[in-house]
Amino acid sequence: MAYNLKKELGKPERFHAGHRLCAGCAAGIVCRGMMRALDEKDRAVICNATGCLEVSSFQYPFTAWEDSYIHTAFENASATASGVEAAYRVMKKKGKLPEDSEVKILAIGGDGGTYDIGFQSLSGAFERGHDLTYFCYDNNAYMNTGTQRSSATPRFASATTTPAGTESVGKKQEQKDLTAIMVSHGSPYVAQTTLFGNMKDFHEKAHRAIYTKGPTFVNVLTPCPRGWQYPSEDLLDICKAAIDTCVWPVYEVVEGEYRLTYEPARKLPVEEFMRLQGRFAHCFKPGNEWTIEAAQEYVDRKWEELLSKCS
Amino acid sequence: MSIRERLSGNEAIATAMRQIEPDVFAMFPITPSTEIPQYYAAYVADGRVSTEFVCMESEHSALSACLGAEAAGCRAVTATSSAGLSYMNEVLYVAGSMRLPVVIAVSCRALTGPININHDYSDSMAERDSGFIQLYGENNQEAYDNYLMAHRIAEHPDVRLPLMVCEDGFITSHAIENIELEEDAAVKAFAGTYEPEHYLLNPNEPLAAGPYGISAYYMEARVAQAEAMKRAKKVILDVASDFENTFGRHYGLFEAYRMEDADIAMVIMGSSAGTAKAAVDRLRDKGIKAGLIKVRVFRPFPGEELAEALKNCRAVAVMDKSEGFSSCGGPLFAETASACINLDSRPKMIDIVYGLGGRDFTVKAAESVYERLCGIASGKDIGPVYSHMGQREG
Repeated sequence: MAYNLKKELGKPERFHAGHRLCAGCAAGIVCRGMMRALDEKDRAVICNATGCLEVSSFQYPFTAWEDSYIHTAFENASATASGVEAAYRVMKKKGKLPEDSEVKILAIGGDGGTYDIGFQSLSGAFERGHDLTYFCYDNNAYMNTGTQRSSATPRFASATTTPAGTESVGKKQEQKDLTAIMVSHGSPYVAQTTLFGNMKDFHEKAHRAIYTKGPTFVNVLTPCPRGWQYPSEDLLDICKAAIDTCVWPVYEVVEGEYRLTYEPARKLPVEEFMRLQGRFAHCFKPGNEWTIEAAQEYVDRKWEELLSKCS
Repeated sequence: MSIRERLSGNEAIATAMRQIEPDVFAMFPITPSTEIPQYYAAYVADGRVSTEFVCMESEHSALSACLGAEAAGCRAVTATSSAGLSYMNEVLYVAGSMRLPVVIAVSCRALTGPININHDYSDSMAERDSGFIQLYGENNQEAYDNYLMAHRIAEHPDVRLPLMVCEDGFITSHAIENIELEEDAAVKAFAGTYEPEHYLLNPNEPLAAGPYGISAYYMEARVAQAEAMKRAKKVILDVASDFENTFGRHYGLFEAYRMEDADIAMVIMGSSAGTAKAAVDRLRDKGIKAGLIKVRVFRPFPGEELAEALKNCRAVAVMDKSEGFSSCGGPLFAETASACINLDSRPKMIDIVYGLGGRDFTVKAAESVYERLCGIASGKDIGPVYSHMGQREG
């Protein structure tokens, strides 16, 4: 059946309003979309790493989650999910759960809980091959503790531990390419996306990831108005700029086969993305023109690499 | 009918696990507990158990997986030692606060600095405040029996706390001794099944577990946890009583050995108690009223009961097989001394830290401790309250 946003939005909500995420935070949109991607008849267990989402969506005694949910710590969402998945298998085997009911194991964490401190448990879970889907809401820094740099922070972004200053142009290193690393784990389905258009791209990837057997991974660029320093109503403009500049290419890898799922009609210069955000403001100061050139070179190189994998 | 066997402590625990057949075993190897999951892997490979056996990539993840599985509605277990238990530290506290009755078999081993694979309690003692119930055994039989009781204690509705079954690394874990095993069916019947009230995979209602608890709620959660630990004492005794009725072997919070009329006593844990009992017997042969208390349950700490047992002694030596670096005594001493603080008349107490990193503890060494206690009991100066024993001089 063809995707229809209006119809999708008509489904019963499974991530409720009243959570404490900031206005303009994309993580809540990711969660609503992730839950909409589940077939209505199926239930889920969500395993959440410590982070903004956890403290905002399950503050005792309120939860925003309609489905079962567990948080244990920061670095172990994948390990916790592995345990839930093992439990699901053994309970099915022993006849402790109804034959006809399907439960999907979903893990979700920010880039801190996924790229960095949670990377070991993520890698372990994918190597073991648990039947689960990991969603990373990548907001490019440790936002819950106040925008410290992570390995997902782009080069030249000013973060609170890599601030721009008279002797600094922000973070020195390029982003870790986690999506590629997850492809290298041999996952049957890995995708990279963000929030744009009618959410079709996100929805289809989330659905395919959830309904592909084995460990699958969806990396979602999730802008943060506080950390990236933009007006909260500009969220979707930021996402669109990220994909049109190819800063965040949108693609999927099915059984190792790369496929671009969005190609900008006209690839925009990277400064069109950077200009919208306060974290790159120093790059536009006289004398720092080279940072934008270097950022462009990096994006061009990564884009060409991706195109060659897609061909 | 009991079955006479010869097994190491590790194989005894693995056997108890096989008989109980937990739903999920998430493991990561470390000496000297590694054999437990190895034996279990063989049971899985031979189709003797239906357990999901998950080879994790670290101890932190192994316990995290146990939490996920237990919250999902399963009995989940793991085994570890030393640095492995330390690496679980963060998750141990989470297990306690989430009230998930995970059971960990711990083959106790020294913590690194320098690296050492032999026995002391620096690993388990470092986790004494993690919210786990801790049972300690003297030999393979007690390791096995403690394990048979573990799940029932941990899962009891009045308790719902995680539990460690501690055995002495190598001394108990690897030494092969005679043991009485129970029939598989009898063990299964005794251990029962895990029937949680609320669980993640419950088809009838969802569950949210592990919230952010602000100041308005955090303290209530912690107090509830502390109350559960207090209630655990009775449950441990009730389960022990049922165990004795079923299998015939008696267990309490601690074992009081020749304490009826003791003037001097040693408070000790684990395999060293066997050695020290031999010293007690020799002293008794000489007419010296020596006794011994072997602490089986360290969490919850049997403070009132210990004070009652020690109140008529004139001098007591607490034997710590871990160094707490407090500069005034190890953890067993701190707890025992504070348990006696409100006695109207209380014994003089000293603390001796011994056996670190597997340093031998002999009957002769135990006798020398009792000799010192004799002196203190007869009015000699108490000497250093906190000292070490068995180390080379100079």
